[in-house]
Amino acid sequence: MSAGARRGVLPGFGLSTGFTVLYLCLVVLVPLSAVALRSSSLGWEAAWSVVASPRALASYRLSFGASLAAAAANVVLGGLVAWVLARYRFPGRAVVDALVDLPFALPTAVSGIALTAVYGPTGWIGRHLEAAGVRVAFSPLGVTLALTFIGLPFVIRTVQPVLEDPDPEVEEAAAVLGASRWQTFRRVLLPALLPAAITGFALAFARALGEYGSVVFISGNMPMRTEIAPLLVMTRLEQFDYAGAAAIATVLLGASFVLLLAINRLQAWTRARAGAA
Amino acid sequence: MSIAIRDVHKAFDATPVLRGVTLEVPDGELVALLGPSGCGKTTLLRIIAGLEAADAGEVRHDGEDVSARSARERNVGVVFQHYALFRHMTVEENVAFALRVRKRPRAETAARVAQLLRLVQLDGLKGRYPQQLSGGQRQRVALARALATEPRILLLDEPFGALDARVRQELRRWLRRLHDELHVTSVFVTHDQEEAFEVADRVVLMNAGRVEQVGTPAQVFEEPASAFVMRFLGAVNAFKGWVEGDRAFVNGLDLELVAPASAAHRARAHVFVRPHELDIHRAPVPGSFAASVERVLPLGAAVRIELSAPGVGGAVEAELDVRRSEALALAPGDTVHLAPRRVRVFPSREDELDSLTASAL
Repeated sequence: MSAGARRGVLPGFGLSTGFTVLYLCLVVLVPLSAVALRSSSLGWEAAWSVVASPRALASYRLSFGASLAAAAANVVLGGLVAWVLARYRFPGRAVVDALVDLPFALPTAVSGIALTAVYGPTGWIGRHLEAAGVRVAFSPLGVTLALTFIGLPFVIRTVQPVLEDPDPEVEEAAAVLGASRWQTFRRVLLPALLPAAITGFALAFARALGEYGSVVFISGNMPMRTEIAPLLVMTRLEQFDYAGAAAIATVLLGASFVLLLAINRLQAWTRARAGAA
Repeated sequence: MSIAIRDVHKAFDATPVLRGVTLEVPDGELVALLGPSGCGKTTLLRIIAGLEAADAGEVRHDGEDVSARSARERNVGVVFQHYALFRHMTVEENVAFALRVRKRPRAETAARVAQLLRLVQLDGLKGRYPQQLSGGQRQRVALARALATEPRILLLDEPFGALDARVRQELRRWLRRLHDELHVTSVFVTHDQEEAFEVADRVVLMNAGRVEQVGTPAQVFEEPASAFVMRFLGAVNAFKGWVEGDRAFVNGLDLELVAPASAAHRARAHVFVRPHELDIHRAPVPGSFAASVERVLPLGAAVRIELSAPGVGGAVEAELDVRRSEALALAPGDTVHLAPRRVRVFPSREDELDSLTASAL
């Protein structure tokens, strides 16, 4: 193989890579390392006491737990919505399709207020749930609900194209070979969807982890119970404790990075198995 | 297992696709459904498989009405046009799929898969994924997968359509040999006459949702039952004329018919002469008509002569073997005389439906 063929049709590897690295540095890496640097001004011991305080630990648990739960719920719910949108033609489909993106466009505070109004103890739905003994607002459940709301489009928009890419022959082949509907779904359709679903999961999870605006209204922000980690950062900032805020943010950053890296590896693995590479 | 189809109708959104198809496929036969695109052949195959339900009529496998049975319950092997392999499964897993969903014992499945992979000569590639295979190899995986449960009917939809010419040749012969070995009743869809003739025991010619003719390749070629069959199979010179008794007339030209068309009185008709049944003479002979040579195209074993014959309404094609062509030493501009050895005539039908012209093939 000649060098020309290996380099591909479009030249400019050096230029584009150089630009990419520079861009990533300016926009992502430098601000992020500033966060880490800022927190280092505290000194190890002080930083540790901020980062590992019981209140902070409780907030990590809530943030990561609720984000994971919300992303998981989105994979199921979003997968279902994507299925309906991709597979069926019904009146009002275009409207539903447009509605899906609304959580992206809405200022997060607006969604927070709206959710609280509906699910609060006196809200339309919250009232009845309260009567049934389920408390949504001012509880971890409410936090998860808000995070599910803002993460929904990610899964739908990643899974939908895969479902729309039509190869009815494959499903017919499974039926002819004797597979039941469930077997066709589980053995044929699901493995093809998995890489996209994992991407959607990762995006929804990352978004939920950083989410702040929509959560603060519905969570009630009770320390140790319904206080999310980003809020803890905000609280520190409001007390002009920049270094403490940066320390907690660094923990959030590190943990998110590790988790996302793991999800990406998983995704690469399923993608290789699904043969999309 | 024999297949019997009786008066099957099917329409998609009020567009009729099958208009009363009746067909018998005896046990162990390899049959080709041949016709232009849009003639309904794939739909018929899908109805036999159970992937599509007929609007009217019945489908019987071995005398048993299967119309109400789903594709899943029919135990029919199907090879899809684009293979429809499961991309996330290896060759081995693809072939084993039907056995796995039936929860057959593991050892039995493994033995059967190994046997099938040997049969399709892919035992070395069992760990590969479909996208790592060539088109011909994918086709063979699809075939092995379809045969896994020992179906007694095998259906193939344009099985060689997506392959290049040489692989197609090889696979055709291989499919024929395989059929001779397994004797599974097989139906395959094709629009390629050569393919149908080379592989099938019998050919079913379809046009505009109907069966035009069923017969061995020699039968349908030599004794076409309709104008459509005549035109669809191989090159042909078509003239518009009329027929009366055992004579056909084209523009005042009087042609003698070998096999008299059944027209007692004068009727409008399609008159056909195959290029290789047209003799070229330097001097007029009885029953010949004049033409001038336009082009001489050597095609290997044969030579195609394009001529213009104003007497019969324009362009005419003749095919000679190389020797005869050399003896004649034709050159463009020469005036020659054409004598048909065999003329076929089909009276025009008022209600003629022709997917050849409809699909602009």
